[in-house]
Amino acid sequence: MTVTAAFFYLFATITVASGFMVIASRNPVQSVLFLILAFVNAAGLFLMMGAEFLAMILVIVYVGAVAVLFLFVVMMLDVDFAELRQGFLQYLPVGGLIGIVFLLELVLVIGTYVVDPGLIRTSAVPIPPAEVVTNTEALGLVLYTRYFYFFQAAGLILLVAMIGAIVLTLRERVGVRRQDISKQNARTQETAVEVRKVPFRQGI
Amino acid sequence: MNPAFTIPAFGPLLPEIILAVGVLVLILFGAFRGERSVEGMNIIALALLAVAFLAVLMLPSERVETMAGSFVVDGFAKFMKSLTLIASACGVILSMDYMRRERIARFEYPILIVLSTIGMLMVISANDLIALYLGLELLSLSSYVIAAFDRDNVRSTEAGLKYFVLGALSSGMLLYGASLVYGFTGSVSFPVIASVLQGNVGNGAIFGLVFVAAGIAFKISAVPFHMWTPDVYEGSPTPVTAFFAAAPKMAGMAMATRVFIDAFPGILVQWQQIIVFISIASMALGSFAAIGQRNIKRLMAYSSIGNVGYALIGLATGTAEGVQGVAIYMAIYLAMTLGTFAVILGMRRGNVMFETIDDLSGLARTHPVMAFCLAMMMFSLAGIPPLAGFFAKFYVFAAAIQANLVALAVIGVVTSVIGAYYYLRIVKVMYFDEPVERFEPMAPGVSFVLVVSSAVVLLFWIVPAPVVNAAGAAARSLFL
Repeated sequence: MTVTAAFFYLFATITVASGFMVIASRNPVQSVLFLILAFVNAAGLFLMMGAEFLAMILVIVYVGAVAVLFLFVVMMLDVDFAELRQGFLQYLPVGGLIGIVFLLELVLVIGTYVVDPGLIRTSAVPIPPAEVVTNTEALGLVLYTRYFYFFQAAGLILLVAMIGAIVLTLRERVGVRRQDISKQNARTQETAVEVRKVPFRQGI
Repeated sequence: MNPAFTIPAFGPLLPEIILAVGVLVLILFGAFRGERSVEGMNIIALALLAVAFLAVLMLPSERVETMAGSFVVDGFAKFMKSLTLIASACGVILSMDYMRRERIARFEYPILIVLSTIGMLMVISANDLIALYLGLELLSLSSYVIAAFDRDNVRSTEAGLKYFVLGALSSGMLLYGASLVYGFTGSVSFPVIASVLQGNVGNGAIFGLVFVAAGIAFKISAVPFHMWTPDVYEGSPTPVTAFFAAAPKMAGMAMATRVFIDAFPGILVQWQQIIVFISIASMALGSFAAIGQRNIKRLMAYSSIGNVGYALIGLATGTAEGVQGVAIYMAIYLAMTLGTFAVILGMRRGNVMFETIDDLSGLARTHPVMAFCLAMMMFSLAGIPPLAGFFAKFYVFAAAIQANLVALAVIGVVTSVIGAYYYLRIVKVMYFDEPVERFEPMAPGVSFVLVVSSAVVLLFWIVPAPVVNAAGAAARSLFL
């Protein structure tokens, strides 16, 4: 029990601290790296709650894809983050208000649960305990059977996203030298090498 | 551990499967053939839509649920799917000549139309909130891309971006509402939601219902979620506008009808006031805001907002007669809007497309047939008997009066009289103003669409029975 608590506080502290560093750090690359740290620790918290599928998804999708993409963007584009930060005080009231609203919502949610745990009604199909069916197993049982139709529909949506990105952005660029292997192979000594007679002490 | 699992029946999904497999073949074909294949791709896409149409006609008319209750086929789905497939096919036909001449013909266009059509068919058959959302996203994402299809044109890209941002917002609202409904009923399935929400229900589910209604109202461009419509209609390439005005409206109205009638029948009183409000607001805005428009595509945008308002009158009744009115209204609206856009696509001289109402002046002398067809469309949109548009309005108003919504019907009649002003102004410009230069002859596909839709609009009163009976059977299938 104490080990669990220790790990919880370890993960939680690092998550909050690195979350703070994401907005406090001056260097955007460091911000992204702290974001990755926050994700990994959040994944640890999920793992401790028995939501191992969410934990793995968090690592694979957020750390593996989204954060790395962020890093690419930050490194490739010349975004002046110091300039973006300039309106900080100006936006503080609005941002603070949203923060307070969010805090209130969280307090309400947790408060309701503390006051009356029975208020959260059980769903139509009860969730089996983690010892019987784990998260991943439960998803695997329905994903290709009960939710087969949704799975295929989601696949079509991703296909549209891909086609859309190509339609809207792919351009035939002119003046690009492309490698043409058949052309390269067809070169002979006659077409590739030209023998010139070089006049003495004059060059070509 | 492998629990017993029976493979669901795929028969009811046949139209969707045909289109999905066909579109994958089209993508491969296009990827290998490149831009040379555009003409052929259009033909194949049309053939696919035609085969899917036949498959829809062969579906059973009684209610069949499959895919663990997520997908439902009934008479209503059959009727609306047929309309949607016709609209999509016309979207392809209208685009063929335009895309080539504007030099934006690319093979992805028919592919995106077909993908969007799959989304529409899925939405029409959705029997739970997840299927509804997935179908809607498929439909919307493809629409965002084709709105920006003329990607070197600032207005087209602006239209695509606007549509995308506002569409994402509305999807968020729909999802929020759906999550509340799920949270308060414990199920995403429409029949279960309907059985839970009976009599006096709490505010939570109603709150969710309002957000679902907002998301749906956005998709059918009903006031107060219509802001995107004029800009997107004006900015998109004209055949895309024609497609937007036709096909997604069919799917959107079918979706609205199925959600409200199938999932929330027990709380009719609560959603009726929402629908009555957005119906009145849409009719009023459609009539008043269109008066000042000079651009005919913008005018058609406001006209479509108004028409959605009239169709919603039928839904507001919540009765089988009302739903029959909605189905008839959408069928006739389809013919009127496609015919009008065919004329708009015919307004071309050389490489310039004309889009203002003044460009139509004296059309009666330069192109008598085209002017006559457009005049009939305008009279029909204004609701003048014996043209089809009169009967469309007649059925929804009659249903409203039967359901004791007399005030709603009266407001509908008043706004349609106001709306008649701008429809008739177009007729006046064509028949009584000095002629300007002639337009080029229409492309064959465009004139085909114009002739067919004019025939429907003109001759509906002689043989109304097929549409009216089919719509009646479709409506009754929702109330079994």
